Amino acid sequence: MPTDAIPLLDQDVVGRVIAAALTRGGDFAEVFVEDKQSSSALLDDGRVEELSSGRDRGAGIRVVVGESTGFAHTSDLSELGLLEAARTAAAAARGAGAGGVAAALVPTAGTARTSAAIPPGEVAKARKVELLLAADGHARSTGGAITQVTARYADSHRRILVANSDGVLAGDDQVRTLFSVSCVASGDTGMQTGRESVGRTVGFELFDDHDVTELAGNAARRALSKLAARPAPSGERTVVIGPGGGGVMFHEACGHGLEADLVAKGASVFAGRMGEQVASSLVTLVDDGTMDGEWGGASIDDEGRPTRRNVLIQDGVLVDYMWDTLRARADGRAPSGNGRRQSYQHLPMVRMTNTYLVGGSSSPDEIVADTADGVYIAHLGGGQVNTATGDFVFGMTEAYLIEDGRITEPLREGNLIGNGPAVLAAIDAVGNDFAMGSPGTCGKDGQGVPVGDGVPTLRVASGLTIGGTAA
Amino acid sequence: MTPEDVQRIADRVVAQARPGEAIEAVVSWGRETEVRAYDGDVEHFVSAESAGVGIRVVEDRRQGLGWVGVLEDEALADCLAAARDNARFSSPDPHAGLAEPDGVVPPDLTLVDERLALVPTEHKIAAAIDLEAAVRAGDPRMVGVESADYADAQVVSAITSTTGIRVAGAESSAYLGAYALAADARGTTTGFGYTVARGFDDLDAAAAARDAVDRSVRLLGADTARSRRLTVVLDPYVTSQLLGLVAEMLSGEAVLRGRTPFADRVGDSVASPLVTLVDDATDPAAPTASDVDGEGLACRQVELITEGRLRGFLHNAYTARALGARSTGSAQRGSYRGAPSVGPHVISLRPGDTSPEELLAQVGEGLWVHELVGLHSGVNPVSGDLSVGVEGQLLRAGAPAEPVREVTIASTIQRLLDDVVAVGNDLTRFPWEASGVTLAAADVMMSGR
Repeated sequence: MPTDAIPLLDQDVVGRVIAAALTRGGDFAEVFVEDKQSSSALLDDGRVEELSSGRDRGAGIRVVVGESTGFAHTSDLSELGLLEAARTAAAAARGAGAGGVAAALVPTAGTARTSAAIPPGEVAKARKVELLLAADGHARSTGGAITQVTARYADSHRRILVANSDGVLAGDDQVRTLFSVSCVASGDTGMQTGRESVGRTVGFELFDDHDVTELAGNAARRALSKLAARPAPSGERTVVIGPGGGGVMFHEACGHGLEADLVAKGASVFAGRMGEQVASSLVTLVDDGTMDGEWGGASIDDEGRPTRRNVLIQDGVLVDYMWDTLRARADGRAPSGNGRRQSYQHLPMVRMTNTYLVGGSSSPDEIVADTADGVYIAHLGGGQVNTATGDFVFGMTEAYLIEDGRITEPLREGNLIGNGPAVLAAIDAVGNDFAMGSPGTCGKDGQGVPVGDGVPTLRVASGLTIGGTAA
Repeated sequence: MTPEDVQRIADRVVAQARPGEAIEAVVSWGRETEVRAYDGDVEHFVSAESAGVGIRVVEDRRQGLGWVGVLEDEALADCLAAARDNARFSSPDPHAGLAEPDGVVPPDLTLVDERLALVPTEHKIAAAIDLEAAVRAGDPRMVGVESADYADAQVVSAITSTTGIRVAGAESSAYLGAYALAADARGTTTGFGYTVARGFDDLDAAAAARDAVDRSVRLLGADTARSRRLTVVLDPYVTSQLLGLVAEMLSGEAVLRGRTPFADRVGDSVASPLVTLVDDATDPAAPTASDVDGEGLACRQVELITEGRLRGFLHNAYTARALGARSTGSAQRGSYRGAPSVGPHVISLRPGDTSPEELLAQVGEGLWVHELVGLHSGVNPVSGDLSVGVEGQLLRAGAPAEPVREVTIASTIQRLLDDVVAVGNDLTRFPWEASGVTLAAADVMMSGR
């Protein structure tokens, strides 16, 4: 679309809006402008039944006075509308002083367009519909036990501009494309489900590297295999997690607990533990917003700071938390490019991007062969953590028993529960087969943002309890 | 903006319908305030307005959708064009179409507290700061408050369609809640408490503070427990979360797509005779009460399970048409973005006549569940498999005893309904689409040490 070439807002207007935000005083003011177009197509029951196109655009303005933030947002991007929102934000911040001072805006070097080789908006809708029908056909061809198939295509094009009174002026152009397939298999034991998805911060070229029929086949296989699954065991077991699928465990076991805003409030078991051994020496954990094309990445965060590769745990030692602008200011350090928000209608906070466990040296086959008795998890669902206690859960959506060093029978779904520090300490093998996992949406304080994760094969010797129904 | 203002916008969109084309427009506008207190001061104060339009077009039995987060004419024109174009690419569906008026008169509900608009900002700020202070002062073991929030919203919305739907209304809500941290030598625990009302004046801040303190303090010293089968007693909050999942399994959408084990079971016994399950959007005391559903049809009482026997399912206009039923006024629209799905407004068990204390005494030995962890990853509404983390207290001789954490409970939704052994009389309403009572279910697997 021709609008792509037009900057979201004129630089002089941005400067005047920041000045207006600081008229009642303030230590920091910021304008965040967003224009996001989304489209999706849903196939269910053999029919393409829901094609949808949407657009949200507007600006969020915040003013920080001491430890207090005032925030207002508007969908009116005219200068008048923005100035009114700036005054509302200033009033909300309750600054009592004279006008605050803004540094001159300096466009940030190095913030580039996120490249989408094939903008999804330029691809014919008929082509997207073909992908859905191909996935449906392939899933159903895997056997009569597949009784239902849902496939979803979605893309988004998000353009942002961020400017603040520190002189930051940065923009980004983020294109994401997603495809998912869910299958229902029916048998004597009832119904089971299988799901598979792929999503990257790229355009329609996603489908050059990913075959939707392969995705559909995986989803169908997952559902079919569970028809014969036995109830999962209950109680503590040794757990081996397969490559790619297990990143969610680290996201919950320690990722959230390493967010500086939760740490500052004493709501993390990792508070006050910098420099300490918090995990097995096999654990090196990284959050990396720069990973090319990964689902949780972008060139800048939603505060205009370049994303970075941040090592959080090095050989088991806690070396850093993740930071947004406010927490970094309070601690007198640089932000780490982890300030993110769901949309212009939300305040930014500390969020993960792509979080992963660095690969080790063990052979994955040997890790399994070396496990006398346990559970092998090939694919995980979502999870949840209480950062203050460290207790976390995650779901297993494809899992098997390990008996005498061999992967044997499939298990029904269930959650696993554990405590972050205890589980991190109990990791006793890390494989050499690192892979990124499925695209995720991370929820925190009511806001969802896209995140990625990855792991090699790894083993947790103790500390994980399987929430099954079998004795 | 007023309901009339947004209705006029919806009318203008629908007036552009061409011959042979059905159009529905949903328009909403809202104003919201949010205050978060921390350390006796304002952490953030949010003041905002937002609006949007959703458009559904049906032509030649094909449906297309569009939405946009502004109300400007040019954006609305683009949105309508996109919805029309989308319709061209969807598959023809013999049941595609919009809702049509069915003659049912909407209940007369008051969903707005007019006083809310007059509450000074300073009072809202003070409410959040005072709540934080009350939680901190509630017990010597309180060590912090992760968040203490006040929030309110005033929303107007309208639906107009070429099929004769034309409704508009207003709603208001206010919320005060805290997430607290307690600690002693044995570790840290968390607990929440909140209060909701149509307006500021009916909030019960003392109750919110007390809940946050109680919920965190009673878990101090919690540990895992030995795996075993036992009777679980769910508190009303936990019951309401599970009923939301039951409702999903009883939606016409799940039936139509063959994604629920209850599909062919109308008339069968699917639960203990103690279970009568009703969705009643017309309950004026419920925060999610509503006069019309997401397609503009009247909300009504729907009895889904009567004394254990399955009576029927929730429907919107589409699932009703496809399954030869009548809409139950259960079209759900989370926002103007997207097509209406099917879901409850205020689903609830008919309360029994046992008080929670009597119920705990009756059960004797078991697990009293205060909180579920990992509900979205631990429940599969297609198979009914359920496996979730819990926090709570063991019951010994009918009284709450040692607190537990890092354990899970597992069963299936089908079995859990069958295994209900007692229903409490403590109907508690929540700011989401399910109410709760204290509920006991036998023979659940607790997994721990």
